[in-house]
Amino acid sequence: MIGSRLFPLATTFVIFILAYALCYAQFPNMLSTRVIGNLLTDNAFLGIAAVGMTFVILSGGIDLSIGSVIAFTGVFLAVTMGEGGVPPLFAILLVLAITTAFGALMGAMIHYLAMPPFIVTLAGMFFARGMAFLISTDSVPIRVELYDTLQDLYFRMPGGGRLSFVGMAMLAVVVAGIVIAHFTSFGRNVYAIGGNRQSAELMGVPIARTTILIYALSSFLAGLAGIAFSLYTSAGYSLAAVGVELDAIAAVVIGGTLLTGGSGYVAGTLLGILIMGLIQTYIVFDGTLSSWWTKIVIGLLLFSFIALQRGLVWLSARRRGAAAIPA
Amino acid sequence: MTLPTTIRRVLPQLVALFVILALNTAIAPGFLDIAFANGRFYGSLIDILNRGAPVALLAVGMTLVIATKGIDLSVGAVMAIAGAVAAALITSDHSLAATILATLGVGIVCGLWNGALVAFLGIQPIIATLILMVAGRGIAQLITEGVILTFNDPGLVFVGTGAVFGIPFPVILWVAIGIAASVLFRTTALGLLVEAIGINRRASSLAGIGTSALLLAVYAASGLCAAVAGIVAAGDIRGADANNAGLWLELDAILAVVVGGNSLMGGRFSIAGSLIGAMIIQSVNTGILLAGFPPEFNLVIKAAIIVVILVVQSPASQTLFAFMKSRPRSEEDAAAPVREPEKEAAR
Amino acid sequence: MRAEDGSLAPAAGRFVSGRVMIGSEMLLRAEGISKQFLGVTALSNVDFDLAAGEVHALVGENGAGKSTLIKILTGAYRRDGGRIVLAGKPIDPSDVMDAQELGIGTVYQEVNLLPNLTVAENLFLGREPKRFGLTNRSEANRRSREILGQYGLDIDVTSLLATYSVAVRQIVAIARAVDLSGKVLILDEPTASLDAAEVSRLFSILDGLKQRGLGIVFITHFFDQVYRIADRVTILRNGHKVATRPIEGLKRIELVSLMLGRELQEQEAHVAEPVDRSQKPVVASFKALSKNGQIAPFDLEMRAGEVVGVAGLLGSGRTETAELMFGIHQPDHGTIEVDGKPVTFASPRDAIAHGFGFCPEDRKLDGIVEDLSVRENIVLALQARRGWAKPLPRKEQEAIADRYIEALDIRTSDREKPIKFLSGGNQQKVILARWLATDPRLLILDEPTRGIDVGAHAEIIRLIGELRQRGMSLLVISSELEEIVAYATRVRVLADRRHTGELPAGEISADAIMRAIASAEDETSGGGAGEGRAAEILREGTA
Repeated sequence: MIGSRLFPLATTFVIFILAYALCYAQFPNMLSTRVIGNLLTDNAFLGIAAVGMTFVILSGGIDLSIGSVIAFTGVFLAVTMGEGGVPPLFAILLVLAITTAFGALMGAMIHYLAMPPFIVTLAGMFFARGMAFLISTDSVPIRVELYDTLQDLYFRMPGGGRLSFVGMAMLAVVVAGIVIAHFTSFGRNVYAIGGNRQSAELMGVPIARTTILIYALSSFLAGLAGIAFSLYTSAGYSLAAVGVELDAIAAVVIGGTLLTGGSGYVAGTLLGILIMGLIQTYIVFDGTLSSWWTKIVIGLLLFSFIALQRGLVWLSARRRGAAAIPA
Repeated sequence: MTLPTTIRRVLPQLVALFVILALNTAIAPGFLDIAFANGRFYGSLIDILNRGAPVALLAVGMTLVIATKGIDLSVGAVMAIAGAVAAALITSDHSLAATILATLGVGIVCGLWNGALVAFLGIQPIIATLILMVAGRGIAQLITEGVILTFNDPGLVFVGTGAVFGIPFPVILWVAIGIAASVLFRTTALGLLVEAIGINRRASSLAGIGTSALLLAVYAASGLCAAVAGIVAAGDIRGADANNAGLWLELDAILAVVVGGNSLMGGRFSIAGSLIGAMIIQSVNTGILLAGFPPEFNLVIKAAIIVVILVVQSPASQTLFAFMKSRPRSEEDAAAPVREPEKEAAR
Repeated sequence: MRAEDGSLAPAAGRFVSGRVMIGSEMLLRAEGISKQFLGVTALSNVDFDLAAGEVHALVGENGAGKSTLIKILTGAYRRDGGRIVLAGKPIDPSDVMDAQELGIGTVYQEVNLLPNLTVAENLFLGREPKRFGLTNRSEANRRSREILGQYGLDIDVTSLLATYSVAVRQIVAIARAVDLSGKVLILDEPTASLDAAEVSRLFSILDGLKQRGLGIVFITHFFDQVYRIADRVTILRNGHKVATRPIEGLKRIELVSLMLGRELQEQEAHVAEPVDRSQKPVVASFKALSKNGQIAPFDLEMRAGEVVGVAGLLGSGRTETAELMFGIHQPDHGTIEVDGKPVTFASPRDAIAHGFGFCPEDRKLDGIVEDLSVRENIVLALQARRGWAKPLPRKEQEAIADRYIEALDIRTSDREKPIKFLSGGNQQKVILARWLATDPRLLILDEPTRGIDVGAHAEIIRLIGELRQRGMSLLVISSELEEIVAYATRVRVLADRRHTGELPAGEISADAIMRAIASAEDETSGGGAGEGRAAEILREGTA
């Protein structure tokens, strides 16, 4: 059981069920479709971005730029569709093209400069945030028909809960992520690079192309998350979504993906998002607990999962009888 | 030119700093003016030194961590924790000395936690310190109970806003700590041992260096520097703001270290270089304000700086430099950086 | 199992009176292959050929050029000179993928597939079967089962490769390489971590592939395996081809001497004079030290003023012995006594505190701290032992560095030059200087002359003798027999991860060491057809 690759995912699932049961025991309302609907809607943008982060982390990398890209997307849309008078659909396509190209550029720098993804995407983080600021430092409201339509679009679940458009979009992205991860050559290549870059190269995985695609995908999804976020808030604000990359990383790790790459599931990331959302919901329901507990609990979960991962690596190394590395 | 090696080492940084200062002067003619009023100096230069204090303080610890081929993402969060601890203790009527000692102690404990994860559990530094980066602000808020905890203790306020001989106290603090750290690491063998670990941890361990203990110490030092920076930031606003204190300063500190000419791959380090790096970043910030650009332009500039440094530091250009350097040398050097072509594991 | 003479597949060439008759067309022919790395010659004018349906063993010590030759054949390196002909056509593989498509597949010892993917994913990575633009997993799984079925492997192909033993992974790797390439299969030490039963299984698979007409290049350092599976053997040493011989009729002792580079008849004077050990104080004694899977229990008593040579083939447990003695790994069992008092080494630090020193085999990875200067590299161990708070004054560091630069004739323009700019031999001397500066009582040297030029080589041998006369206790691991003869006062012989014997002072000669290794290898080999006969051959050779 412990050796199974499903073990971290199963752990996450058990934690989620236990946490939900605990919440339910205290607040029976938590199981209502209304709460579930809100859980999905509130975390939609984070979920979309976290799917992209899952691919990045699966490949052994990290993307610090996604929060900034989300903010940039929102501001860009608000300004171009508002003052600019650009047709909403065209603006959306344009911003997705920009963010995707931006990610591809970061991927190319990571590969060709042979520099740690962390520092390259840090530059990306500064750059995207700076660009957002340069477009506008104000919170720009978005008032276009398309947004009103999309915001009014929802699926009524039994029990009165609403599955909003952004919630549905997140679920669709998760499904698409699962398909890409497990049913495409690109997905295999991502796992291969994360497992062992050198082996992957010897086995003929196109490292350069895959690396560029990974970061392009991450930034594309960050752009999509930015659109979802602007739908959710009806505005674009350059100071928005600060630190979302950390939440996304946390969700991916809590979802059972190995931070060193090569092992994990997109579905796990959805669970990670839901666990984090659940903690927040619980705190809201409780009323006496303060919101900072969210961060502490997430930190604890992060530590537990990283320690669990180290433990599993250590166990499998021991089982193989490999010698310990001298400190 | 026969400059001392320490100065030669930071010469590019010094030149960059002077160029930026010159540009600032060109933009704003009054840039270099320094006035003396109310017992302290005023002026843009003083401002740069003063506002750059938290990043400079963080950069001292970060330099050491990066020298060991590590990174410390948690320093911003540790600043928040330190500010919260200091504010909570001083408002519950503890003495100034006790408050400061306890706060510094908390910073060291935070650093030890990071160091233990890196040295004993073998977790990659970026991941190990991410945990405290995420949880740290929550802990800080737990201490301040979610409010901005204000205080009026003159001693604590002095740390953030006071002046000695007209020089702002934070400036004295970072200069003193920078010098102290440099002296500690360069007059003892610590500097050499830390560099050795960063370049080749296995070989260092085989040569008898206590790598785990040194890693712990280096992360503890980073925590300590973050705690000092946290007290300065809290003293400056007379309160502990768990949400915003030190926010994203870890990234500025890393940037300062890199601008200071230190390689993210570990090894040779220069604390002086990092401090100048911190001042370069602050001067750019100030210059952008003076030029009438929106302050938001900063981030784009920072991104550009990182990209330039990445290109310079990338293995491809390093090979090019090494090639150009080694060419005129003697034959014996030509065969130098050969990777052993045959590497068959004997075990 | 090796087929008996005459019954080999026809394409393998015929053996006539012990010599290979090269068939009209070899499957693979490499001629005059040369390769240099920044001025250092790794391969010099090496010829190699391979017939269809043949297993051709490639042997040689570390640094002999085996890997370089393989990497050139598989496109990982570009050759500087020579040509490669595959099935009659000259080829010039630009990278590993290119070589694979041309028909040359490789299975590496270490970098072996991706344990984090399933078996089927490993088999089809980069060429996944598709349906509607998406990968068709059930098709890949079905075909994987089919492919592995040919190798008699019935496993769950949807499980992660990590869940299977090294042996199974090895077979999967072979299956992938054969399925992908199908003409030439190169196996780089495939048996290094397999047990006897697994090796037999692997060999029966190789027999099957021979029948299918594949040419197989087999790199190994296990002699009995060469005799069990190979049809011919090529021996490389220091980047040169020593010989290619049919296994049929090749005496084992002859193979050892070809590998270690010594003619059997040649006799050399024993340089190191015999030492009356009993008069010398015991520095350290190691009793029943062992570590599972690394080295069987051994006793060793190190006295002052002696040089214990450690001889054995690659993988015989030489380095593992040194690592336990120096506290790099901790033994499962056994005790260490220094000056008669029991001690435990939790890390090299503890060993150093007791006056031990260790020059590792892999200079680059374990020895030099590349960006530090020659001076800093020399004082590193001494400084580490003094502790950080007691720095050596700069003047003293310079004096120490200068002393050893002169004493060991370290060629560097400047003591402040980063060590990475020095040649291999000079780097080795710096590491030696690092330990000499700590004035050790027991110094362990693992292959101290590997990959260094002739001049430095002689100086290091002279130095070892000098240190012994000054009363130091030395343990020197080497695969150069003349070298061991020149300095050792007794010789430990290792085979198959155990200490199998010792030659006392009076009996040391390259011949004797070689025979001891050959017979030890023979005794410890885990059964098989060639074994009894090889022992016979050995006796013949002795007679």
